[in-house]
Amino acid sequence: MNGSRSADLINSLAYDKIISMSELTNKTALQLNSIFLNKEASAQQITEAFLQRIEQYDKTINAFISVNGELALKRAQELDQKLAAGESLGKLAGVPIGIKDLINLEGSETTAGSRMLNGYTSSFNATITQKVIDAGAIPLGKLNLDEFAMGSSNETSAYGNCKNPWDPNKVPGGSSGGSAAAIAAKMVPLAFGTDTGGSIRQPAAYCGITGLKPTYGRVSRYGIVAFASSLDQAGPMTQDVESNALLLEAMSGHDAKDSTSLENPVPNYLAAIEQGFKKTQSLKGLKIGIAQDFFVPELNSEVKAAVENAITKYKELGAEIIDISLNKIKYGLPTYYIIAPSEASSNLSRYDGVRYGLRDMDATSLSDLYPNSRANFGTEVKKRIMLGVYALSSGYYDAYYKKAQQARALIAEDFNIAFQQCDLILSPTAPATAFEIGSKTDDPLEMYLEDIMTVTVNLAGLPGISINCGYDSNNMPIGMQLIAPALEEARIYNAAYAFQSTTDFNKSPDMKSSKAIGV
Amino acid sequence: MATETKQEYNITIGLEVHAQLKTKSKLFCSCSTEFGKEPNANTCPVCMGYPGVLPVLNKQAVAYAITAGLALGCKIDLNSRFDRKQYFYPDLPKGYQISQFDNPICNHGKLSIGNKEVRILRIHMEEDAGKLVHAGAERLHGSDHSLVDLNRASTPLIEIVSEPDINSAEEAVTYVKELRKVLLYTEVCDGNMQEGSLRCDVNISLNKTGQPLGTRAEIKNVNSFRSISRAIEYEYKRQSQILDEGGKIVQETRLFEEGTGKTHSMRSKEEAHDYRYFPEPDLLPVTIEQKQVDDARQGLPELPQQKKTRYIEEFQVNEDTATTITDDLETAHFFEKVLSKGAKANKAANWIIGPIAAYLNENKKSLNETKLSAELLAEMLVLIEKGTISDNIAKNDIINELLENGSPVAKLIEDKGLAQITDTGAIEAIVQEVIDTNPKQVEQFKSGNDKIKGFFVGQVMKKTQGKAPPSLVNQLLGKLLK
Ligand SMILES: [Zn+2]
Repeated sequence: MNGSRSADLINSLAYDKIISMSELTNKTALQLNSIFLNKEASAQQITEAFLQRIEQYDKTINAFISVNGELALKRAQELDQKLAAGESLGKLAGVPIGIKDLINLEGSETTAGSRMLNGYTSSFNATITQKVIDAGAIPLGKLNLDEFAMGSSNETSAYGNCKNPWDPNKVPGGSSGGSAAAIAAKMVPLAFGTDTGGSIRQPAAYCGITGLKPTYGRVSRYGIVAFASSLDQAGPMTQDVESNALLLEAMSGHDAKDSTSLENPVPNYLAAIEQGFKKTQSLKGLKIGIAQDFFVPELNSEVKAAVENAITKYKELGAEIIDISLNKIKYGLPTYYIIAPSEASSNLSRYDGVRYGLRDMDATSLSDLYPNSRANFGTEVKKRIMLGVYALSSGYYDAYYKKAQQARALIAEDFNIAFQQCDLILSPTAPATAFEIGSKTDDPLEMYLEDIMTVTVNLAGLPGISINCGYDSNNMPIGMQLIAPALEEARIYNAAYAFQSTTDFNKSPDMKSSKAIGV
Repeated sequence: MATETKQEYNITIGLEVHAQLKTKSKLFCSCSTEFGKEPNANTCPVCMGYPGVLPVLNKQAVAYAITAGLALGCKIDLNSRFDRKQYFYPDLPKGYQISQFDNPICNHGKLSIGNKEVRILRIHMEEDAGKLVHAGAERLHGSDHSLVDLNRASTPLIEIVSEPDINSAEEAVTYVKELRKVLLYTEVCDGNMQEGSLRCDVNISLNKTGQPLGTRAEIKNVNSFRSISRAIEYEYKRQSQILDEGGKIVQETRLFEEGTGKTHSMRSKEEAHDYRYFPEPDLLPVTIEQKQVDDARQGLPELPQQKKTRYIEEFQVNEDTATTITDDLETAHFFEKVLSKGAKANKAANWIIGPIAAYLNENKKSLNETKLSAELLAEMLVLIEKGTISDNIAKNDIINELLENGSPVAKLIEDKGLAQITDTGAIEAIVQEVIDTNPKQVEQFKSGNDKIKGFFVGQVMKKTQGKAPPSLVNQLLGKLLK
């Protein structure tokens, strides 16, 4: 199509219903897609609205490491032309998306939040990036994270703290803190997160949004910087459950480039909601398991109360509440903190300064090049590499790595047994709400406790979601987690939708309130 | 040399042979494995270890490993696994090599090397590393910088590990030769040692009879038959001198240098890498259906030793001839094709290992680099058999023409007038003439000197330019000299 003809086509589109920019950024992904398809706003207008919102708020929030507005607008215009030409468009057509900055986006920098990859430009798209682009999504830029996804607060990012839009003195959680904050602040309607031990769910809880970690293998890992290969899984982060379901469907499916990706067909998750709660308005027949093992002494009382209220709400919706036992999950943290660093120590070996990324240019020998270049990893990353190298060392392997794998099998078995009694398991997502920036950086063990509710789900390879279920006395969001058997994401979505659509706990922060944000 | 030292020590050798599998693409990506391309032409994000890439196992490589294992009498493990072997080096893009550690695909095989059987401990699959090109000097030492070429990175290898069943340099060379033959016969490896498709590490220890096995040294970079034998001889000398002087052998890895024929220490046991092996989480365990193994077994070609035995039994060629022909699969195929076109086995064999081999040797060519087809050779041999041409004429006037120009045999014979004279009357006249013109020799013959008959044969051949059938000449001489 030549230039003048395409311009004519766009001009001929009747965008008579004028939607303001702030109206656009208030819409869910699902709504934006239909606004675009119904020609109520062009993809370019939608994109410009979100870019302007980023311009307005991200100086304070720091959710983005890089924004590629030019590339986004070019894609938006292509979509507008396609729509005008009557070409078929994918399920995410016209909807902007933010990409966690350890997922490759061709032509953009991928830093993984680390100095080691400062200036590294991706030469290819991750499979999930390609899939959502093919579905018509518009990548706006790359989202902040803990360095190599190692952290629970975004404080280990080499590109500055990302702040919680509910209170910029507080962390957004991590490692997908940039993704969660960008959603909560309405700077994007869709975002990719990745979750190795809770990195989607915990920031989703801290920022009051919806974040799902899929079944291990449901989503291709190809093109995603590896942290711990046997635990990593990318997933959708959105404000509402339906948009989440929409994005998961677009991301999922077998990928010949990832041997660990599953071949099972991808369900239509939105249809599951349509056929489920939307139709019946009841969760009758659903058995929700509650394990006291998740209600640890460290659990904050306000969080506990909010989760208990959610349990009551589920009863009202017709679900049956069942007590279950998951007594092996107490091994979750130690198991996770052996397996994840072990795999990470190996996965991060490639950042050696030889082919790309940061190299110590003053090194005069190979034996200087390696340590001097790798000295640029941050403290947390170095700590975990050392942990992993130690656990895999000859003479220690059996006592640590091998034993951790055995514990992992026990934990998975524990869930298997539980799921013979119930359909879903409900728990808090994190022990407390978002904490003050800098308040836990000196105490790694307390920081690692952040993952206590979430790591076992990764170890067992199961899907889990965090949705908001209340606010604490400081008006900070509280998350709850729903866990399902492998590949039962549809079951999670239906139950999560039931809660979200019948409660008023899915709000966004008032960005112009006293706590915010210098506008 | 070993011969200078008294052979008072037993030598125990185990070999680790790395063979590059003949797949078109690499082990974990779709890059080409073609040798000799521009540096880094055969690379992609996967084999360069870019952030976020994942390996995908090449199924053909697994199939080749199974075939090699079966040909070497191994048990195929239906559930094997890949592991990461971790160390830093610029030719290793990921900082680890994907290999098989404690769960290899093949176990417990054997290979006969004439009078003895060498047990094979295991065969595992792994990816190769790239290579460094040192600039400003021949070797790393003295160079001012190094360039990395990742063309070879992630090409598929199998490592074939023998038990320490080898007891001399000669046996070691025979073992590698036999192994190479099996790999060539099964078409899993091109066996090209110059291009590095087949490389050896040699483990050597010495002990005295009745004593436990000695401490071993591992010699790396032994990449030709000659090097294997030189490295072992050097090590025998080095280790026996240390032992003679009451010293102790240290367990270490040593590097063989082709230039000097010596080995020197790379690293001791204390300096040995801790490779921190652990199961490769990016790949599923390698599960193989029994049917695939059964099919591969069915599909195994005749192996070198089976072929040799068959040649001896079926064609009644002698063992040396059978060995020479089966040493090279191309030759064996050629031989069998010549037979299928009607030539007699012994004749064909003698021609192939005789005049043809001599020509190839002299011209440093292989059979397929000549114009000689199996059809042409068979045609020539059949004509010899029929008596149309003589062996000598074929040797002197025909075979080189066939090798160099592939000329049609019949036309060659006609153009050059090489056919034997089959007119008995004409030959009888010539024989008579020779008898008549040499009365002195006739006298000698009649007085009992049988040997003089050769003189008459020679004279007849001279007059006929070798085109008289020798049997006929003999027969006529017998008749006419009476
Ligand atoms: Zn490649």
